[in-house]
Amino acid sequence: MSLDPAGWDALRLSLLVGVVATLIALPLAIWIAWLLARRDFWGKGALNAAVHLPLVLPPVVTGYLLLIAFGRTGPAGRFLESTFGLVLAFRWTGAVLAAIVMGFPLMVRAIRLAIEAVDPKIEDAARTLGAPGHAVFRTVTLPLILPGILAGGVMGFAKAIGEFGATITFVANIPGETQTLPSAIYALLQVPGGEDAAITLVLWACILALGAVVLSEWLARRVAKRIAGT
Amino acid sequence: MTLSVALTHRAGTFALDAAFEAGPRVTALFGRSGAGKTTIVNAVAGLLHPDQAHITLNGRVFNDAATFTPPHKRRIGYVFQDARLFPHLSVAQNLDYAARFGAKAKARAQIIEMLGIGALLTRGPATLSGGEKQRVALGRALLSDPEVLLMDEPLAALDGPRKAEILPYLDRLKRDSGVPILYVSHAVDEVARLADYMVLLADGKVAREGPVFDVMADPAAVPLLGVREAGAVLRATVQAHGEDGISTLQVAGGTLSLMGVDAPVGTVVRLRVLAQDVLLSLDRPTGLSAQNILPVTITAIRTGDGPGAAIALDASGDTLLARVTARAVTAMGLVKGQQLFAILKATSVAQNAISGGVMSAPAPAP
Repeated sequence: MSLDPAGWDALRLSLLVGVVATLIALPLAIWIAWLLARRDFWGKGALNAAVHLPLVLPPVVTGYLLLIAFGRTGPAGRFLESTFGLVLAFRWTGAVLAAIVMGFPLMVRAIRLAIEAVDPKIEDAARTLGAPGHAVFRTVTLPLILPGILAGGVMGFAKAIGEFGATITFVANIPGETQTLPSAIYALLQVPGGEDAAITLVLWACILALGAVVLSEWLARRVAKRIAGT
Repeated sequence: MTLSVALTHRAGTFALDAAFEAGPRVTALFGRSGAGKTTIVNAVAGLLHPDQAHITLNGRVFNDAATFTPPHKRRIGYVFQDARLFPHLSVAQNLDYAARFGAKAKARAQIIEMLGIGALLTRGPATLSGGEKQRVALGRALLSDPEVLLMDEPLAALDGPRKAEILPYLDRLKRDSGVPILYVSHAVDEVARLADYMVLLADGKVAREGPVFDVMADPAAVPLLGVREAGAVLRATVQAHGEDGISTLQVAGGTLSLMGVDAPVGTVVRLRVLAQDVLLSLDRPTGLSAQNILPVTITAIRTGDGPGAAIALDASGDTLLARVTARAVTAMGLVKGQQLFAILKATSVAQNAISGGVMSAPAPAP
């Protein structure tokens, strides 16, 4: 189970990418999920399709589209670099973006289902008791959809850790910079005698994924108990 | 308090076009399912955006061509048919929810005491019975310090015993809280028991309105209330309770002997006398098992499309309603102004139609 320094780097980077991508994506996913579940507006179908696109596109295609848009010569990439000094292409930050894009549909889906399960009549009751719209969301909707947010967060995190196709296309496979666990495993399998090291990384990947699922199940059960009002 | 409502709203093939005013105390909005009751209440609460509306409460405009006050700024308390408690909050947190947004209810302890929910405060909503949930919902609405309380069929989801459990609390609420109530119902017995004023809705329009004693005794309201449900409401003073379980009550036209009255001697109660339980006799009957015989004068006869006729009777100031067959009207030669006798069976007053104390005389002004 011991890891060489390159393996540690990959593990650490995967965790970093997973945590940062989840934290950035979650608030946005909650907002989009709420829009899709509770609001009617022009272009709702297009938004829904755009959110779900990465789920159906080949990851390599998504990665290449990211490279075109967010590469150093791409329009979004140039804007981010000149405005914020932020470079995404072939950097770990780019791996975060790839993880966000790929994990986003999973998050939105889970949270949207949770919001749709909340009876709008309960929210109406809160409004008659003096709660303005944002307070209704904060005090009623949000606590009730917490299990859905947890589930969405864990799925997004797991996806971020496991993302391979879009990541390797967008930010390549640079040890110490963009080489996440899957990329490292892939790289090891390309060289003779790399299987032993690869197996260790595979085990770590399994531990991370299982740990995330167990943790979320435990949290969800606690939250569900509280929400059930018993 | 004046709640003034005028609105038109169209939803699919259903068109609502109604206007009425609700004063202090309890105004009942009565109508069958689909008559537009809930639409009106939701418009008052601001949960529905009517096509056209002019809704004001004590001069504050809630809704007109230029204004739409959002629900959280209207200061209305809303008790829904399904209690709609917040499942993730305890009973106490539910009760104090409105306080988070600045509601300053003065009498938290009294309200909790009045509704008998003090022992439930730490419980979760899922552990409560239907009746308990509805009492907590009532308390939650009252603690938002509302200027008017809207109640949309608050008893409709409860079974008979749970209903009977809640009704005394509604009596107390009416007597003690001082908050005007707009009470939506399709149950005539609830309206007869609680309401002071009633608005009768049919097919999205106000078909009849007025003080509850007048509307209930109006022969023209019989088809709207339902022939089996129609019946006058009387004020009666409890005079004595007999050892055989029969109580004596004083009404304007005489005394009545009734079963199952549990209000203390001296209190004024409401009696609902179903029109189909009133018999008419041209002569004072003798040798009859029924004990309650009142001399009456016919004030109106209304023959409908069917074989029945509704007859309004004056009993020394009280109005009674009798339902007989149109054939009987002809055979007996009944005409307006005729004097005759009304016979009421002692069992003809439904137990839950008797509400204790709510009609007691108002206290003299200081």
